[in-house]
Amino acid sequence: MLIRRPSDLPASEITDQSLFWNRRDFLKAAGLGAAAVGGLLPSMNLLSRRSDEDKLTPWEDVTGYNNYYEFGTGKDDPARQAGGLRTKPWKVDIAGEVKRPAVYDLGDLLKPFTPVERVYRMRCVEGWSMVIPWLGIPLGGIIDRLEPTSKAKYVEFTTLLDPQQMPGQQRGVLEWPYVEALRMDEARHPLTLMVTGVYGKPLPNQNGAPLRLIVPWKYGFKGGKSIVKIRFRETQPQTTWNIAAPDEYGFFANVNPEVDHPRWSQSRERRIGQLFKRKTLMFNGYGDQVASLYAGMDLRKNF
Amino acid sequence: MTRAAIITRVLKPVLYLAAILPFAWLLFALLTGLVMGDEVKFMQHVTGDTALSCLMLTLAVTPLRRLTGWNEIIKVRRLIGLTAFWYACLHLSTYLVFDQSLSVDEILRDIVKHPWVLVGFTAFLCLVPLAVTSTTGWVRRLGGKRWQRLHRLVYVAAIAGVLHYFWLVKKDVTFPLAYGSVLLILLASRIWWSRDKARAKRAPRKTAAPEPSEGLALNEAERP
Repeated sequence: MLIRRPSDLPASEITDQSLFWNRRDFLKAAGLGAAAVGGLLPSMNLLSRRSDEDKLTPWEDVTGYNNYYEFGTGKDDPARQAGGLRTKPWKVDIAGEVKRPAVYDLGDLLKPFTPVERVYRMRCVEGWSMVIPWLGIPLGGIIDRLEPTSKAKYVEFTTLLDPQQMPGQQRGVLEWPYVEALRMDEARHPLTLMVTGVYGKPLPNQNGAPLRLIVPWKYGFKGGKSIVKIRFRETQPQTTWNIAAPDEYGFFANVNPEVDHPRWSQSRERRIGQLFKRKTLMFNGYGDQVASLYAGMDLRKNF
Repeated sequence: MTRAAIITRVLKPVLYLAAILPFAWLLFALLTGLVMGDEVKFMQHVTGDTALSCLMLTLAVTPLRRLTGWNEIIKVRRLIGLTAFWYACLHLSTYLVFDQSLSVDEILRDIVKHPWVLVGFTAFLCLVPLAVTSTTGWVRRLGGKRWQRLHRLVYVAAIAGVLHYFWLVKKDVTFPLAYGSVLLILLASRIWWSRDKARAKRAPRKTAAPEPSEGLALNEAERP
């Protein structure tokens, strides 16, 4: 009989084990009737005592609860509808103010780099958050290799436009294709990651396969998914959510507990898997690394 | 079976079961770990949706009665209305407990600052006196006319409820719009009928039977 050694276990399983304080398991253990009333009271205590910790959000939530409007506006739509997206072969158009503009095969573009694992907090503009072990390549290294010209002040990321494969694009909920962008210094910041995997596995389609952007100190919507075009620009690009509602979604979209969304508060957030909200941290807790990027800027105006 | 018997023996038991169903589903989904992601959002969606749907149903009773002439159907309205109230209570509780950890400061700040919270709270406050005065005793104490006037608050509650939903969604307003359309039809039917009634009053025909008011009809129906 073959006995599996611990190292044979996928990372996701190990994480699940360590997450026994997850509310869901607690509720399961508490039993049907008791959990409804009495069960919640002890859990209140436990969770509030431990609520400041950052534990990995389980694989099921990371890959089952997504905002990816190209596959529908429901949180479970992407997991249900993204399966059919063909991510191989995948071309990425490198365009604009760059010395070597070309359409690259994704494999060729990333060949010189070794993916690294980064555990980042992810804060959604809607007021929830996760902790996710991404696998990716710091964008700065990729940019250096592409040699942008001195005119390149911004980097623009365009998501695939294909209403056949992306049924959500058949509705005009947003202007398609989805476009996001960063200032050059933000794009080059060591925390900024071009993500290709999660939990040690290739990125599932619902998470933005095969290539997505992660900028951990900004609200999640800044991280474009299924990127087919990276364009270097001299002027600030128009970005999708900013076009849709400029008073609600700014270009910078830095996580900021002091600047509320016009319709809801941003001072607190619910970590997925926990019942009670926790305080949202300035720059999502990455202020030490990134605050200097915005020195002298009025973050209320440039929200 | 008479029509009255159909209501007490069939329709009411079915509605009781239907009223429990969303709550049962909520518990089941939470306890078995069916819910992906934000469980509190899930609770709020199930309870909010049910409350709003029940409000629409209570508002559909009178138009249905007028269309079908089946006056006894008014007997189920209290049940549906109280179901709406019960789910509204649950909905509000999840917000107070899980979103705001029962902090009065935070709650007040949120209500003042954010329009959709204020509007939702208004909808709930409108439902409270309606639930309290839903008993037969209260109908008698207030008298049909006054009871009926008070219970017009349900219009405010329904409009505020739909607005609350409309305001809080990030972008996709399909569902709020659906509720809004249903509400519009239900309210428009009332305006249409009241204009009809006014016209009938101005030019009374000999054959026209006097139509009982909603309050009277309920009095009639609720009399043991």
